Order: sequence, then C-alpha cells, then structure tokens
Amino acid sequence: MLPDDRADVFWSSYKGGGMDITGESVLVRKKFSEQFSVQGNYFIDKVSGASVDVLSNASVIKDERKQKSLSVDYIHDKTQYNLSYTNSTERDYISNTTHVSLSQDMFGDLTTITLGFTTSRDKVGENNGKSFAPVIAWLGHATSRSYEGGLSQVITKNLIAGVNLEVVTDQGLLSNPYRSIRYLDTTVPLGYSLGTQIYPNTHTSTAVEARAKYYLPYRAAASVSYRYFSDTWGIRANTIELDYTQPLSDKFIFEGRVRHYSQNQATFYSDLFPFQDSQNFMARDQNLAASTNNSFAAKVTWAFAPQGFLIFKRATTSFDVSRIQFKYGDFRNIKAYSIANGYAPGTEPLYGFDAMVYQVYISLFF
Amino acid sequence: MHTALKLAVVGAGLLIGACSNIQPWVKPYERDRLADPIMSWERDAISGAYLDHIYESREGSRGATGTAGGGCGCN
Repeated sequence: MLPDDRADVFWSSYKGGGMDITGESVLVRKKFSEQFSVQGNYFIDKVSGASVDVLSNASVIKDERKQKSLSVDYIHDKTQYNLSYTNSTERDYISNTTHVSLSQDMFGDLTTITLGFTTSRDKVGENNGKSFAPVIAWLGHATSRSYEGGLSQVITKNLIAGVNLEVVTDQGLLSNPYRSIRYLDTTVPLGYSLGTQIYPNTHTSTAVEARAKYYLPYRAAASVSYRYFSDTWGIRANTIELDYTQPLSDKFIFEGRVRHYSQNQATFYSDLFPFQDSQNFMARDQNLAASTNNSFAAKVTWAFAPQGFLIFKRATTSFDVSRIQFKYGDFRNIKAYSIANGYAPGTEPLYGFDAMVYQVYISLFF
Repeated sequence: MHTALKLAVVGAGLLIGACSNIQPWVKPYERDRLADPIMSWERDAISGAYLDHIYESREGSRGATGTAGGGCGCN
C-alpha cells in the first residue's frame, strides 16, 4: 500500500565544531491513484564557518547547498517500484543521483524484500576566491554505484525485524580539496607544514544493519539497531541505536533516541606525517580519523489538528533536539594549540566538540 | 557432482518446498499493532534523511540506513 499523502515544511539548525548550518525544506507526497504516487523535495542548507581542519588551511566559508529530488512510486500486485532523481548543487560541488528499487511482499505479507541500485556522478571543485567573490576551479569528477538489499520480517504480532545490506563503490576524485595533511618540518617556526591530501581513486564499502522494533504491552514502541561497516581504506565502524516511542492520548508522541558510533582510522591517515611525501597515499581528513560519537535526542510530535481542517485529515508539528558529542582518537586541535603556546607538533590536545541539532517541522496529511 | 553441490541442490529444494507451505502465522486481523504509526521504521522521512546526512558528512562510514542522499557536505 502506498503511504498517505502529506506535505512537510521543515526547518533545522546545526551548531558545533565551528560550523553553523541552517536548513529549510519542503516535501510533498501525492497519490494519483491507488497504484501511483509522486514525491518532490526541495532542501536548502546555508553554511557559515568551517570545521577545524578546513580552518587550518583556508578562510571562513559561507556557502549554500540546494537539493532537489523527485521520486515516483508504482505498485502492481505485491510489488512496489521506485524511481528517484536527486540533484545537489553547491558553488563548488554538483551531484546528480539516480535511484531505482523494487520491494516485493511475500509469505502472506509477513516478509518484504527490497533490492535497489543507486548511481551518482559528482563534479568536484575548489573555491580559490573569497566567499563573496568565488573563483571556482573544477578539479575533477567522482562516480559512485550502490547496490542495496533489504529484508523486513514480521516475527510476531508485536515484533518486526529487518536486515539491510549496502555495497558502495566510488571512483575518481574522492578527497576533500579543503582539507590538508601536515608533516614535520623543522625549517619553519610552527614545526610543521601543510600539504595536499592524496587519496586512492577507488573506494568500496560494505555496510550491514540489523534492526528490530517491538510493540510494548501498553501503547509504546522500543527499537534497536546495529550496523557494521567496513571498507577498502581500512575503516571498520560500529553503530548502535536505541529508540523509545511513547504516545500520550491522541495528541502527543514522545520519542527518545540514543546512538553510539565508533570507527578506527583509515590505513593512509595520519595526524602528522614524518616528512613531505612520506607515503603514496596520505590523508588528514577528520572523517578518516579514529573517532567516537554519542548522540542523545528527544522529539515531541503534537497533533494540533487531530481531526483535521479544510482539506487536511490531520496536522502535526514536531520538535526534535539532538546533542552529539564527537571525540577523535588521533586528530589533534592545531587551530587552538601550537608551539607558540607550548605544544610541539604531535603533542597538541586531541580534538573533540559537541554539536546541537534542532529540527522543527509541520506535517499536513491530506 | 561434488558432495557440497549435491547438498546445496537438496537444501535449496527443501527450502523451496518448505516456503511453498508457509502459512502466515500472524493473521491480517492480528496486525493492528504493527500498523500503528509508532511501529513504522521511519515516521518522518524528511527528518530521517536530514539526520543521515549529518552523520554521513562527519563519519567515515555510510550506507544500509534505507535512505539515499546527495552532495558533498564536506565543509
């Protein structure tokens, strides 16, 4: 069965690690028959500031990302087909993504199997000018292919479980041009110099997620999910998430989430290389460093018009707040600490920061 | 034919035979709790996609979360 028609108006804010990002989005989903529905989404992110490793080599960034997507669903008998296209545009980065998938209900609709394929082509650039007067140098392309499989299974009348598998393979320019490596250099006062990251031009990753959701003896739900990730760059990561959902009358739904994430570093990552050109591949992107993060989130949904109004069957507003604590195991804060305040290269304190994420949205069901 | 291959063929046959006899053990009229919106994997797609993008832009891992996105998000 196709999901209900709905429209969402969404606002978000992310603050943390020197970044200030606000997002605005509109999503509309409309059925044109019992078999056919269309969904459109427009998202705009406005970024100011820059993360700590970007700031170590470049000026403060002001940028925006506009993402448009269109998705079509078609159901025939027990099979649902989806085709979607997404375009994401920043001044220095353009991405086009196409996704196809099909879901098949079987065994008395207790089992749903999903198979999907996603392909994207990205154009990667670098702004060598200022935020207000950009000079974009287009550096190259990156292509990506993703193969997805999923199984969702009703176990009992109170329990549903699922498994998702996704293999992604990338090729092309995969490094972030704004991030740099650093290497020991006794010829300069700082004791280190910055250099260009060099990544392999291929990357393949595999992620498997298992999850289960249980309807409690009173009207509430608890879920758990675990994801294991590994890639050809040597990163292994574990994610575990717990979620509890508690409705109160027909007007409120409260939700609490806890998420823990950990990863080791990529094989060619180092916070400080011993000398210039010391390896064939070199990275100091904080995403490839050993790290952990913990998220604590709360959400409330208020059905301010549970019986509907005008053409709408129901209307809700949601407020979601998350606190994410990032800690890095081998990524040092060279923005705040240096030899000038007593920290020789490689002895600076490890980096970490807390981020606050707010989301407010209105959902209209029609 | 190798023993392993024979076992695989027999196993596949048993599996197909077994599946054809599976009866839904949770009847349609017993699925009211599973149909409650609080039991959906993702109640609000717009929020789920946003949170996935936040994590994917700041972590070394990606995928298998059931949503697709785009963009660099690398700043």
